[in-house]
Amino acid sequence: MALSREQMAQRVARELQDGFYVNLGIGIPTLVANYVPDGIDVMLQSENGLLGMGAFPTEETIDADMINAGKQTVTARKGASIFSSAESFAMIRGGHVDLTVLGAFEVDVEGNIASWMIPGKLVKGMGGAMDLVAGAENIIVTMTHASKDGESKLLSRCSLPLTGAGCIKKVLTDLAYLEIENGAFVLRETAPGVTVDEIIAKTAGKLIVPDDVVEMTF
Amino acid sequence: MAGLDKRVATYAEALAGLTDNMTVLSGGFGLCGIPENLIAEIKRMGVKGLTVVSNNCGVDGFGLGILLEDRQIRKMVASYVGENALFERQLLSGELEVELTPQGTLAEKMRAGGAGIPAFYTATGYGTPVAEGKETRQFNGRHVILEEAITGDFAIVKGWKADHFGNVVYRHTAQNFNPVVATAGRITVVEVEEIVEPGVLLPTEIHTPGIYVDRVILGTFEKRIEQRTVRKA
Repeated sequence: MALSREQMAQRVARELQDGFYVNLGIGIPTLVANYVPDGIDVMLQSENGLLGMGAFPTEETIDADMINAGKQTVTARKGASIFSSAESFAMIRGGHVDLTVLGAFEVDVEGNIASWMIPGKLVKGMGGAMDLVAGAENIIVTMTHASKDGESKLLSRCSLPLTGAGCIKKVLTDLAYLEIENGAFVLRETAPGVTVDEIIAKTAGKLIVPDDVVEMTF
Repeated sequence: MAGLDKRVATYAEALAGLTDNMTVLSGGFGLCGIPENLIAEIKRMGVKGLTVVSNNCGVDGFGLGILLEDRQIRKMVASYVGENALFERQLLSGELEVELTPQGTLAEKMRAGGAGIPAFYTATGYGTPVAEGKETRQFNGRHVILEEAITGDFAIVKGWKADHFGNVVYRHTAQNFNPVVATAGRITVVEVEEIVEPGVLLPTEIHTPGIYVDRVILGTFEKRIEQRTVRKA
């Protein structure tokens, strides 16, 4: 079975370490906040200028001046700080964020990522995604392995305009967890019940299948 | 408006000197921390051909979106403009020019502009459409592109509190682009929820020192919420 959105978030959350500063993109990455393992403390960075994003507010505590990068009303947790956009991106571009999780349309074997622009469709903008992928050392891309029509999104070369070049090393799809090394995807883990053959069939870029591939458990 | 007293009494005074074809920098992220009354005054003034630099362009009927209604914006420099149907129509018809800029690069362009730095190198956007036509270099094996600073004829800013000297503090995440924008305007106008007596704001808590600020005006604010999200109490 392909992973659900919640399972994808759970799997990403296993990469969290005590003391990490983490930026979570919109969509599945946002759900990772719900699965922070017990006993570890992480600080969530929101690029509009909040380090230490807390839970959503209640009706009583809602505040128009307190939002996250998805423009949702939020709260600040204990230990939070608030600052300008320039300061926020100094953290991101300066490599101070320990883990960045974001979605994508395509990734390729060279670590290129395309996530913001589909030619012929209206382009809304890249927001902070180009800064995040260029500035971070440790990035996990979350995406479906193939499109609804079965077209692979793990390619030899991205077909869409890039968000960043040569910056992605880890990809979690609904079918597998893979790393990008030396011009190839390396299969590390399979989703429960998903066969290696299915992953091979749905991966267009060069794929290496080591002997020690493990099946994820939830 | 005399000497170090930056206070003005009317929005007309606050934006005196703003004319057609100028560049206006605006603070705000989405609809949070936007100078909503200064934007409304620009609409009332009817100036046209503006280049507007702001992370977003408001929504239909609120924020910078209202400047599209009478086609006052010629060019928009922003990182994300997806919330606005009128924007899409004017973009597709060619009436509106858009320069999409990565959010961190946009902030840094204005920070640099305010700090007298004409350009800077950044890895952001290398190998992407953003890099087209820009100088590239390598530092320590890392590919970077040259990005030029941005300054504006006017900067419009939303603060929480200010004093007579134009010292400003911002409230929560309504800070966002505002302090950066404040540094990069030839004339910087700040509208605030409260003007306090000199000495009330502690020197250590000032976000924007008054040297950057030319005019301060007291406003009242709707503060519209874009994505109202709550948990159960």
